[in-house]
Amino acid sequence: MGKILVYVEQHHDQIKRSSQELLQAAQKSGHTVAALFLGTHGKLAAAQAASYGAQEVHVLADASLDQYNSENYLAALAQACEKIQPFILLASASSSGKDVFPRLAARLKTGVASDCIELTIQGDSVSAKKPLYSGKCFASVNFENSPVKIILMRANQLPVSAPDTSKTATIQEHVFNKPTLKTILKEIVRGASEKLDLTEANIIVSGGRGLKEAANFKLLENLAEALGATVGASRAVVDAGWVSHGMQVGQTGKTVAPTLYIAVGISGAIQHLAGMSGSKVIVAINSDANAPIFQKATYGIVGDLFDIVPKLTEEFKKVLHK
Amino acid sequence: MKVFVCIKQVPDTEAKLKILPDQSGVDGAGIKWVMNPYDEFAVEEAIKFREANAGAQVLVLTLGPKPRAAEVLRTALAMGADEGLLINAPENLDNFSTARALAEVIKQEGGAHLIFTGKVAIDDNSSSVSQMLAEFLSLPHATVVSKFSKGTDGFVVERDVEGGAKELIQLSGASVVAANKGLNMPRYASLPGIMKAKKKTLKEIEFSSLGVSSAEQKIKFTTLTLPPEKPPAKLIPGDSSAQVSTLVQLLRDEAKVL
Ligand SMILES: Cc1cc2nc3c(=O)[nH]c(=O)nc-3n(C[C@H](O)[C@H](O)[C@H](O)COP(=O)(O)OP(=O)(O)OC[C@H]3O[C@@H](n4cnc5c(N)ncnc54)[C@H](O)[C@@H]3O)c2cc1C
Ligand SMILES: Nc1ncnc2c1ncn2[C@@H]1O[C@H](COP(=O)(O)O)[C@@H](O)[C@H]1O
Repeated sequence: MGKILVYVEQHHDQIKRSSQELLQAAQKSGHTVAALFLGTHGKLAAAQAASYGAQEVHVLADASLDQYNSENYLAALAQACEKIQPFILLASASSSGKDVFPRLAARLKTGVASDCIELTIQGDSVSAKKPLYSGKCFASVNFENSPVKIILMRANQLPVSAPDTSKTATIQEHVFNKPTLKTILKEIVRGASEKLDLTEANIIVSGGRGLKEAANFKLLENLAEALGATVGASRAVVDAGWVSHGMQVGQTGKTVAPTLYIAVGISGAIQHLAGMSGSKVIVAINSDANAPIFQKATYGIVGDLFDIVPKLTEEFKKVLHK
Repeated sequence: MKVFVCIKQVPDTEAKLKILPDQSGVDGAGIKWVMNPYDEFAVEEAIKFREANAGAQVLVLTLGPKPRAAEVLRTALAMGADEGLLINAPENLDNFSTARALAEVIKQEGGAHLIFTGKVAIDDNSSSVSQMLAEFLSLPHATVVSKFSKGTDGFVVERDVEGGAKELIQLSGASVVAANKGLNMPRYASLPGIMKAKKKTLKEIEFSSLGVSSAEQKIKFTTLTLPPEKPPAKLIPGDSSAQVSTLVQLLRDEAKVL
């Protein structure tokens, strides 16, 4: 029996859902599950890791790891792998995850599969499924010549069941040997949105050119507010400057896979579909019954968004808040 | 100053894909090939850098099968790059071997002062090659970069992260920078540009000469499948008030997503 190391991400001292998914998936495999926390906040969330399936908790509680820095994280992860000797390493395909784990793979002379949506661990063999060609097809990724199989999973792909708070884990702290840095984080410029990022959001409300002008995005913000959703957009409206570039969904924007994606006034161009067709349930609201978005949608309303969206917002408020 | 740009040739986003009978890949026949969209931002940024820094030279580098992969270099040369390097390699090399080969060629060419790549290749969707390349060359890297400038002892970049936030990062010395959309507006190849490109140097290197061993192939794609056919959308009838209440009921009771 080998060890599976899960790199755990947290937010306000809570383990992120994406990491909960990984811990529970690792636990189901029957292998020993080790959770890794980087930074001084790690200790607070560490106790929760046991309830999601970790048997060992490893912490590099160094203040230099409180914020993401590619070189510090690379060194910390390499040191952790050296000590823990996992044969599988799971992490989220987050912006820091995607930045550092491929480089770690190069350092450890091992393989990395990024942006995976399914994970199969059977005995000692592991494979993952991932979208290729902007979601136009899927492939299994198999590892060769890889001492540590590194898999980066997209958020919201695996089920999460209630944590078992009776479980405990051993906690080990490790010293972090700092590397000399050529990369320095000067500043983080906060985004406009304090909401969950599109790539992590469970519900997304997305708007396109059908909204006619920037000010009308207010309609979608109200809808999103009622649903606890994050607002996305098509490229057409990003290029028009109505909303910021970070909100773009699609091939040259973000790839999202929420449980519910509501496309409002979006035609459904292939490059937009590339970014959202992995969503579990898709609702399309469009005045043109022939819009291609209806071919990917689960439910469709053919109608005028300016009539539908305010009513929908009220209906959600009624149903969700009573 | 040598500025390298790594570019990949990928199927056009509109291309309809056919999966090979053994499911090991897609059938390349009849596909229109283009420059990976993010690599266009990389090429543009490199040319802008050369325009602002006398003595800089832009070398575009691709790994792929001859003769088709040469076209993507011609496109970059027509945009204004100075010289092309083609690593003639079999299809379907993985991210690790690709990065190893690119690193090897950059070393053979005397090393780089700056390397641009795209943030992801839209075919294999791996977002790995830039970081791996940086590791093999022991250079600092930054990915998903939407703003780039030259600093006193290196470069300053803005990297897009979750929630629309940006990390302002300082890289010292030679660096690898992976471009995101928003970095610039890539120029089109002009007619004179295309004419000039024909006379520019395009060097060919055999992948097999680079000493990348078969044990450096780490991942392999198998059993490619097309996405399952979705049943057509349920179009909800009625006036707008009826549509809205039916939709919410379906989301709650049938789809169970609320
Ligand atoms: C290389 C490349 C990369 C690209 N990357 C992306 C990407 O990442 N993301 C992306 O989104 N696009 C991308 N595109 C652009 C894409 O091809 C489309 O142009 C874009 O998605 C269209 O945006 P839209 O649906 O908002 O606008 P449109 O196509 O103009 O659609 C507007 C829709 O609104 C509907 N409408 C109008 N009025 C109303 C109303 N009152 N009520 C209801 N519906 C209404 C219309 O029927 C129409 O279907 C890319 C293109 C290329 C070439
Ligand atoms: N075969 C290749 N030849 C040249 N550059 C490549 C190749 N593969 C990947 N790259 C570069 O690495 C970036 C990221 O690719 P990937 O890791 O495959 O998603 C691309 O945008 C290119 O800049």
